[in-house]
Amino acid sequence: MNIGASSSILSLIIFLPLLFALVISFWPQRQTLRELALGFSLIQLAVSLLLLRDFDSTTAALQFTEQFTWIERFGISYFVGVDGISLMLVILTTVLMPIMILGSWKSISEQVKGFHVALFVLQSAMLGSFLAMDAILFYVFWELSLIPMYFIVGIWGGARRIYATVKFFIYTMAGSLLMLLAIIFMMRLTPEVTGGAISASLLDFYKLEIPFIAGDFFTPQTLLFFAFAVAFAIKVPLFPLHTWLPDAHVEAPTPGSVVLAGVMLKMGTYGFLRWVIPLFPDASSHYAWLFIALGLVGIIYGALVAMIQPDMKKLVAYSSVSHMGYVILGLFVMNVYGMGGSLYQMLNHGISTGGLFLLIGMIYERTHSREISKYGGLAAAMPIFTIFFIIVTMSSIAVPLTNGFVGEFLILMGAYQYSFTASIFAVTGVILGATYMLWMVKNIFFGPAGEIVKASEHDPEHRLHDMSKREIAVMLPIVILIFWMGLFPNTIMDYSKQSINHLLQNKQNYSLEVK
Amino acid sequence: MDHQILIAVLLLSPLLGFLINGFRFRSQSYVIAGTVATLAVTVSFVCSILLFIELLALPAESRRITAHFFEWINLGDLNINAAFVVDQISSIMLLIITGVGALIHLFSIGYMHHDKGVTKYFSYLNFFVFNMLILVLGDSLVTMFVGWEGVGLCSYLLIGFWFSDSAKAAAGMKAFITNRVGDAAFLLGMFILFMTFGTLNFYELNALAPTTMEASWLGAVTLATLMLFIGATGKSAQIPLYVWLPDAMAGPTPVSALIHAATMVTAGVYMIIRLNPMFVAAPNTMMVIAIVGAATAVMAATIGVVQNDIKKVLAYSTVSQLGYMFLAVGVGAFGAGMMHLMTHAFFKALMFLGSGSVIHAMHEEQDIRKMGGLRKYLPVTHFTFILGWLAIIGFPFFSGFFSKDEILWQSFSSPRGHTLLWVAGALGAVLTAFYMTRLMALTFWGKSRVDKNIHPHESPWTMTVPLIILGILSVISGFIGVPHAIAEFMGHIPNYWQQWLAPVIRPLPIEELQSVTHTLSEEYMLMGISVFLAMCSAIFAYVVYTKKKHIAENTAQSLKPIYNLLDNKYYVDEIYFGAIINPLVKQSRNLWYYIDVNVIDRMTHVASDVATNGGKLVKTLQNGNMQQYAMYVSLGLIIVLSYVLMR
Repeated sequence: MNIGASSSILSLIIFLPLLFALVISFWPQRQTLRELALGFSLIQLAVSLLLLRDFDSTTAALQFTEQFTWIERFGISYFVGVDGISLMLVILTTVLMPIMILGSWKSISEQVKGFHVALFVLQSAMLGSFLAMDAILFYVFWELSLIPMYFIVGIWGGARRIYATVKFFIYTMAGSLLMLLAIIFMMRLTPEVTGGAISASLLDFYKLEIPFIAGDFFTPQTLLFFAFAVAFAIKVPLFPLHTWLPDAHVEAPTPGSVVLAGVMLKMGTYGFLRWVIPLFPDASSHYAWLFIALGLVGIIYGALVAMIQPDMKKLVAYSSVSHMGYVILGLFVMNVYGMGGSLYQMLNHGISTGGLFLLIGMIYERTHSREISKYGGLAAAMPIFTIFFIIVTMSSIAVPLTNGFVGEFLILMGAYQYSFTASIFAVTGVILGATYMLWMVKNIFFGPAGEIVKASEHDPEHRLHDMSKREIAVMLPIVILIFWMGLFPNTIMDYSKQSINHLLQNKQNYSLEVK
Repeated sequence: MDHQILIAVLLLSPLLGFLINGFRFRSQSYVIAGTVATLAVTVSFVCSILLFIELLALPAESRRITAHFFEWINLGDLNINAAFVVDQISSIMLLIITGVGALIHLFSIGYMHHDKGVTKYFSYLNFFVFNMLILVLGDSLVTMFVGWEGVGLCSYLLIGFWFSDSAKAAAGMKAFITNRVGDAAFLLGMFILFMTFGTLNFYELNALAPTTMEASWLGAVTLATLMLFIGATGKSAQIPLYVWLPDAMAGPTPVSALIHAATMVTAGVYMIIRLNPMFVAAPNTMMVIAIVGAATAVMAATIGVVQNDIKKVLAYSTVSQLGYMFLAVGVGAFGAGMMHLMTHAFFKALMFLGSGSVIHAMHEEQDIRKMGGLRKYLPVTHFTFILGWLAIIGFPFFSGFFSKDEILWQSFSSPRGHTLLWVAGALGAVLTAFYMTRLMALTFWGKSRVDKNIHPHESPWTMTVPLIILGILSVISGFIGVPHAIAEFMGHIPNYWQQWLAPVIRPLPIEELQSVTHTLSEEYMLMGISVFLAMCSAIFAYVVYTKKKHIAENTAQSLKPIYNLLDNKYYVDEIYFGAIINPLVKQSRNLWYYIDVNVIDRMTHVASDVATNGGKLVKTLQNGNMQQYAMYVSLGLIIVLSYVLMR
């Protein structure tokens, strides 16, 4: 049997969710809708694992490429391919999908059909962004991902959902427009390298040598660099462009928060790795200090501000700002430890922060409150839930043998190699991270029974049930991944090592071969 | 048996115990939980003995058993393996951890039998042993760090074991976060070493350690070892990061014995001994370690003098004794430091368990002012406690005497020693004798002040047997490392301890050693002085706290400011909270309010308002009124025409 080796597996991965969305929208039965969606997401996961099986990790070349002309006049094509940089992000997306669907089993009760359609369209768009090798195609997928997310927050969100979703949309859109301008500008440059024809292929973009003068802001490379970088930095989000995130997280329904933290933020960091650093090597090196500094500010600022948040989701949202600061730091120190660690940390953050949002969602379904001060003593009422929460917390604060440690350790090492000062600032995040997470754990789970736990003791209707089998099934894959990735990181990093080495060694004249 | 399998069983046995008890955490059957957990550690103890015997059979220069399980993190030049090594240093630690550990597990069966969370308790305890074993066996700094943070996690869980009490949960959190401060520095130390030497493997690092001493404070080796030492001050509760340990007494008493006295808190000392060639090459770091160790030894002892909680006295005593170990390694007496680590593990575990027995008998009463005369009710506890007491005050020929004497002598005579270090050490010994005797007197001797409703009783065998075994060890264990001067006196007993450790300890450079000469008579004299003063101090405390109570009260009255200072532990917690933690939280709130809310979001809103209002403004232009449109057209025409014509 060799179904995976089919040369159109990437298209299958991108468009299968759209097909699923179509089927779901015409599905007559409401009762079986969730099961259907879950089944579809598992099929999608299986297909992506076939990709993993057949991926050749001994090369940095682009694999499973497909290219068809789309708009000939502008050299725009449907061009997709996968390499070590995008592979694991694709897998992350497909792994989180069934977890999210199962996690939203109870919390989404209105417009169930529409919700799942939005989720699958979103998945398709995100996968498309990771796999697109044509600038316009990438842009289309990038923008497409906004629409379902806009509805997920706007329809199934909390009280201030409209404010949050509009803020999210406009922030991202503003960045995207800059990026679109930059893409068009670069397409106009491509005739130099293609021998006359305009091209939107990323591989042709890589061949461009865009003029750069150090210190002069108004040179093409610097301007293009910032156009792309701002678009991606908003998505990451990098300080000071981060304020849309806490609002979006707080208002989004649980699966929305999971997909936002789990995958969408990585579209930004992926953008740096795939687009910014290889396309604008001089500007990237020249302005690396700026992004390292903003990453460091994000690490510390995010952690400090997380410490004083009264709302669980907001706390985790700010912790995301802090964690994504590490990822940016790792990318811009431009050494193997930093970049390898960053790529790993993207996955870790998706898993641990996704896990935290799922857990917070579970407790919210029971109590309809996310206010930390109303809790206390939950460990006695919900011991299994407590165990899961503490495990995910340990992953989030990078305790060894969990996934978080490997990523954070490598990034910090990379930061040290870049500069001792940078690493001193970066390690303060290690302390602050433990502080806000353990503070939250203490106030929710420990101490005497708080308002909510007390109320539940007296009122049989609001009794706090410990995790159900379904909820355990939601969290179990996350816990397994936490320990697997903490114990055997090589099984995952091996897929990306070639690509990272290739990028670091050929940064000045980066190119990707097609296998 | 194959070494690999032996080490695997050694490590996995407590892990298995953790999982078995962890999955049935709701069970309240203390017999099953306790048996599983104690057996798990006993299996590890047997493995440790077998490994030790195998080591003995190897020639001294190549005493090393390694086990390589799998590759853990490989990226760039970094190759970290799940690999473990048993050698002269780690084998001793193994015996202490699993031996004392097994006894404490056994003790816990009796101590925790009434607790609802007994199964959870034993699962945590096993998990701690697993992590501690990783810490001592890891063949690189990173694998050590796995255990290093892992024991911190277990400590956090066990301190906050009775989590419904806010103060106990907070104590656990304090321990974790304080340790994290140290761990952050530890990480930096690792990075410096890796970027300088290209490896984090202990044997490779030690082989690469420079033989020329680094004079600069900013040299790589000095900086790296200083950072690692800061890590050690966290884990091993030294100035300035010791503040978590006294609070850690919130955990169950056997936990205090195992984690916060015998094993985990010695990890910092162990780490320095593990990397001793690197530390030897950094005399500045060594000086800092010696000073911090001596200062901690004295400071903690002074606080111990005024504590009234039996566990708090022992906690400050632990901080103080750990200070002695750092003093030892700081002057290059690695063997003496290791020796004190071991003897302290025995006598302090003994006394903590003894205090557990007392607390158990007193129905959770911990205030020694409400005890007294317990000798009658707790004969075994009393007797074994006496052995521990004699050991810690350095009564001649008890275990603590040998190890402490060697440390004091080395702190004076080593080329990296100093007379002041000796003075501090001797002062610490005098204070130790005082507060330990005070503890004995108030708890066991004199008249009973026990509440009438409490009927103290001796503990069951599961608790007394560990006490007896540890009592014996506290008496005899010193004889395996008899210091040179006493050995002369006692008929040339060889110092087995020094011989055993010699291959893995790098001596100070020969030029340094030759620069100082000391005579045997000096050694006898100093030993005499310190022992004499300590014994006087003990007798004084005995008299004061059994017969002439008013002296203590009057002194406390007349020295009120000093008493208050000590009673409030030099206000260090208050200073940390007032100067660091509270301002940080307050400023964070301001940060959020000013930057996020008032700058970034306000700018966003202003931008959106500009867009909205601009739109509204333009909207009024197109109101569908034909006359108005006609006017715009005519106006435009006039402007264009006038521009063209007037040019």
